[in-house]
Amino acid sequence: MEKQSIDQLKGICNQVRRDALRMVHAVQSGHPGAALGCTEFVVALYFQEMEHNKDFNIDGPGEDLFFMSNGHVSALWYSVLARSGYFNVAELATFRKINSRLQGHPATEEHLPGIRIASGSLGQGLSVGIGAAQSKKINKDDKLVHVMMGDGEQQEGQVWEAAMYAAHHKIDNLIATIDYNGQQIDGPTAKIMDLMNLKAKYEAFGWEVVETKAGNDMEAVLKGLQTAKGLTGKGKPVLNLLYTEMGYGVDFMVGTHKWHGIAPDDAQLENALGQLEETLGDY
Amino acid sequence: MEKTLDLKYTFTEKKDTRSGFGDGLLEAGRKNPNVVGLCADLIGSLKMGAFQKEFPERFFQVGIAEANMMGIAAGMTIGGKIPFTGTFANFSTGRVYDQIRQSIAYSDKNVKICASHAGLTLGEDGATHQILEDLGMMKMLPNMTVINPCDYNQTKAATLAIAEYVGPVYLRFGRPSWPIFTPANQKFEIGKAWKMIEGTDVTIFATGHLVWEAVVAEAMLREEGISAEVINIHTIKPLDVEAILASVSKTGCCVSAEEHQYNGGLGDSIAQTLSRNQPAPQEFVGVDDSFGESGTPTQLLEKYGLNAENIVKAAKRAIKRK
Ligand SMILES: Cc1ncc(C[n+]2csc(CCOP(=O)(O)OP(=O)(O)O)c2C)c(N)n1
Ligand SMILES: [Mg+2]
Repeated sequence: MEKQSIDQLKGICNQVRRDALRMVHAVQSGHPGAALGCTEFVVALYFQEMEHNKDFNIDGPGEDLFFMSNGHVSALWYSVLARSGYFNVAELATFRKINSRLQGHPATEEHLPGIRIASGSLGQGLSVGIGAAQSKKINKDDKLVHVMMGDGEQQEGQVWEAAMYAAHHKIDNLIATIDYNGQQIDGPTAKIMDLMNLKAKYEAFGWEVVETKAGNDMEAVLKGLQTAKGLTGKGKPVLNLLYTEMGYGVDFMVGTHKWHGIAPDDAQLENALGQLEETLGDY
Repeated sequence: MEKTLDLKYTFTEKKDTRSGFGDGLLEAGRKNPNVVGLCADLIGSLKMGAFQKEFPERFFQVGIAEANMMGIAAGMTIGGKIPFTGTFANFSTGRVYDQIRQSIAYSDKNVKICASHAGLTLGEDGATHQILEDLGMMKMLPNMTVINPCDYNQTKAATLAIAEYVGPVYLRFGRPSWPIFTPANQKFEIGKAWKMIEGTDVTIFATGHLVWEAVVAEAMLREEGISAEVINIHTIKPLDVEAILASVSKTGCCVSAEEHQYNGGLGDSIAQTLSRNQPAPQEFVGVDDSFGESGTPTQLLEKYGLNAENIVKAAKRAIKRK
């Protein structure tokens, strides 16, 4: 994929946010909050950072791989995959409908290009990403594996089993990114089950930690990813703590758990779309 | 089509069965100070908010950590608490199976595992969340009681009943708005099948949301001159063997109907009962060894063959095999 300018990347973000909101609105179900909050990150990966092949090969030899452990962010992922050429953008209209390849949570059963494993049940993606990273090592493939997780998701014990394993086995071809939005379904993570010092926790588990403090600023996101990449290959797994705002880009959705899993109604959609320029043409 | 049918049970209101759980839990909490609630970041979805509000000191948010929740619930029984755990059916069973098996079932602890969003009718979230194997997993565990009520009223009654029963229980309910066709304030007897409609040609054993589909199917069959008996099997385990055998010895054949895989479901339990005691033709309405997918509840029930029309077809097949 040819590299884009910062302005082009920002334009793509606007379009992807429009897509995600329209998809969730059309079926009145899905998860807009994190989709809006992680847009810069996933766009940066697919349009700038990762070397990847839109002619999809599930084994991904010689390419960087992405795993979305927090599968409820599917609307964002599908939009980015379609906009980067994995499948026709018109198919976004089938999201969450019967007989669609665009399942509510990412799945492989319908063979949607870009998806390598099902996710949706939280806490499993880091283990899977580590496995894929080890497979790359065995295959002498020097490309990287990216895993995205939620911050609430860190409450699952399996995440910490995986974290311990990754450091022990020196999985240094892996960058795990946490969508550090401070929100989950029932409220702010600090009130539901306090994660306390995540950075210190991962460091204590033997990881390198990069903090991307402005996770909704494209330049900062790119810089964070560069820094993280620079830390790979040195015997330690790398964590990218990505500070984002849930619902970013739409003034009435930003910064609250309330939009974790609620669809906007007609008026709310119109209001939201009015805040996001149509840059690549709606599907 | 349903409007023109002469239904033996009717409804004026629809509600989700999970609300029956939420309302039942609140009432159980008022009756018994030992009732405590635990939830894994799904208070709204499980309708546990009212309980949390009224009994904040007896409610525990565990975050997204279902395995931990099962262990803590098991521990709380030591000291006399009656923990009700709440999360989706998928994360109440498969995700935490060994925690349940060792710390709750084998140790015979008085934990009530309350599971919402079971089956295809969860809808758009799709197959990752639509568990169709939970009844099988849970009924296989010794000591475990397994309950799958059919509507809001029965779910509420079941919630109150399991609070009084001592022992591990799996209570399964769902997300969609569903007809309320059984009486308010009914008495719920664990393990006692409820013959809702008398008939002579075929017995329909149904559980959960499909009891309503069975009621509709009975009226459709009656229009064609076929007399169907409808039995509501709200308790999958212990199974009411006596009621099943009595009905099939009269009708000579049966259909089982459930929002679950054939493998491990109610149908399996009935087949085992019949083959051990009095073999008879049985047809299955359920999911045939596949995962679900995204869609609306009605679309999914149709696509996977779980509605009244399919029960009617199955009943006719069963009768032919007599
Ligand atoms: C194992 C498991 N438990 C519960 C859920 C239900 N669930 C879906 S998203 C979510 C909250 C996740 O919080 P976080 O990871 O912070 O994601 P965010 O809300 O920020 O998008 C929960 C509890 C799930 N999908 N999987
Ligand atoms: Mg979060």
